[in-house]
Amino acid sequence: MAATILRRLIHMIAVLFGISVLVFLIFFATPGANPADRIAGKNASPQTIARVEKEFGLNRPLPVQYVIMMKKLFISRNLTSFVNLGEKVVPQVFKAAPITLSLVSGAAVIWIVFAIVIGALAAAFRNGWVDRTLMVLSLIGISMPVFWVATMANLITQGVWHHTWLFSWVPPLGYVDFTASPLGWFKALIIPWITLAILYIGLYARVLRAALIETMQEDFIRTARAKGLTERQVLLRHALRCSLVSVVTLFGLDFGVLVGGGALLTEVVFGLQGVGYLTYQALETLDLPMIMATVIYASVFVVVSNAVVDIVYAAFDPRMRLRR
Amino acid sequence: MSNLLDVTDLAVSFRTRSGLIRAVDGVSFSIAEREILGIVGESGSGKSLTVLAILDLINDPNVVIAGSIRFKGTELIGQKPGVLRRLRGGAIAMIFQDPMTALTPVFTIGAQIAEQIRIHTELSRHAARSRAVDLLDAVGLPDPARAAARYPQELSGGQRQRAVIAMALSCNPALLLADEPTTALDVTVQAQILELIRKLRDDFNSAVILITHNLGVVAETADRVAVMYSGRIVESASTTALFADPHHPYTWGLLGSMPALDGIRRPRLATIQGLPPALNRRPPGCAFSPRCAFVRPACINARPPLTGTEHQVACIIPAPERATARTQALAA
Repeated sequence: MAATILRRLIHMIAVLFGISVLVFLIFFATPGANPADRIAGKNASPQTIARVEKEFGLNRPLPVQYVIMMKKLFISRNLTSFVNLGEKVVPQVFKAAPITLSLVSGAAVIWIVFAIVIGALAAAFRNGWVDRTLMVLSLIGISMPVFWVATMANLITQGVWHHTWLFSWVPPLGYVDFTASPLGWFKALIIPWITLAILYIGLYARVLRAALIETMQEDFIRTARAKGLTERQVLLRHALRCSLVSVVTLFGLDFGVLVGGGALLTEVVFGLQGVGYLTYQALETLDLPMIMATVIYASVFVVVSNAVVDIVYAAFDPRMRLRR
Repeated sequence: MSNLLDVTDLAVSFRTRSGLIRAVDGVSFSIAEREILGIVGESGSGKSLTVLAILDLINDPNVVIAGSIRFKGTELIGQKPGVLRRLRGGAIAMIFQDPMTALTPVFTIGAQIAEQIRIHTELSRHAARSRAVDLLDAVGLPDPARAAARYPQELSGGQRQRAVIAMALSCNPALLLADEPTTALDVTVQAQILELIRKLRDDFNSAVILITHNLGVVAETADRVAVMYSGRIVESASTTALFADPHHPYTWGLLGSMPALDGIRRPRLATIQGLPPALNRRPPGCAFSPRCAFVRPACINARPPLTGTEHQVACIIPAPERATARTQALAA
């Protein structure tokens, strides 16, 4: 077990290193994206650009620049923005992270619960009207762009119906810290949670339904029936446990991506200044240190949640414990 | 003596685009208490479907089951799902062909056996677990307490089949349906499992229906044998009678294709020419007629009925001619 974790750790570090090099090269070595040009401002004289290059260390060889940036990012943590001069990048990411984490975790709880219920119901009544209705709804959920759903949700809860009894409790857009007011936190996030969850409910319900139907063809399901279990017990005890593996796989990837900034659209529309929002701003202004910080942060989450998934696998399915 | 199970004119058909296909075509047999009945036939002869139909375990929305299956006087065909469910794993238990895939991979052996015990009895969780360990011991698994805590994939094939048998026995079934229980196992393990099944009758008072395509398995284990071909029973007799005096040309073919363990070894085993008919293109008469060396005009149009009392056969070759034909067939 210890060896597995160690191997996993080395693997993670290697992946992170690869990502950081790649991102660094994309932004610092791409022709036309000369960072000194950016910092110096429009129509800067060559002298100014040269001075900026010297000041920011941009005239040094690329590997040296890379090492300095990594040092500032991880060890001294005093990497400053190229755009808002003097502003430190790392604390900003750490300020944005809890917002994104709140948004994604809440949405994840919603989408997992609903997807399991819908997937199991659809598989239990497969090819009946329940199944067809649920699957059409799932497809609609998958097809609706999240920014559109979010805008519609805002329009309804903040606009036309805000003054009716139904939505008068909805607070203005923005984030409320959990420590400041748990109820406020919940109220501020419930609509974004649902909005973000819709796509994944549809996706996961369909995946789970397919996995369940496949599992229901297995020999051990016939054994379970031959034991005298009811159809519901067969589905919920024997088939569901074996089918959840496919959902766990998806979840690890999706959760990592969303926490790493993939919830950008939801964050922007609901005015939640999370990691996605930060990345979006940094990309708009080509703020390279900020981009580096958010991308590295994102990749850490993707890699970590993948490692967690592997451990969860083993908990769900003993077959996985024997591998390796 | 009253029979434990009476199957009369059982037909299992599947609805397809080209009409109904009868996979099991009018099968009748009975089994007494504590009897071991072997059902022999090649793949696709309908033997598995016959026993799966008993517990309504054919998992196909297009299946149509007709005829009558009476267990201890209760009709099972068309029975309420609740009644069938209480029989499954209780009075009638089943063992499947492939022990590798017959157990749920995410639960331990002990948990799976205890689950069945708790469906059919009032035992507590703890009592069910200890009974599971006792059962694993009874079927000869070494170190049963540790085996109970293991997952199916941590056991060998033979050990798994023992676990499956322990599970089937957990509620003292009056009837055990064993669908090729030894086919997936190697020969030494096979012999041990058959020995175990034979012992069940003494230890648990169970009657057994043993499905196999292996005549050797039947000879060793069964009291009575039914030979199936293309969804029908073609011959049915006590094991000794069947091996001493086989009546049906198909049975001759089966026996001829077995290697002799003693006596003269033939350089080549006999084969039956051709293939069984497709189920939707079964000949109107005897299903075996296209492959039979002794076919006569009367075989082509009318289906031969299963005649006889103790030794039943569905063949119109008259008794006096049978011995010569058989010598001819087995010598070929």
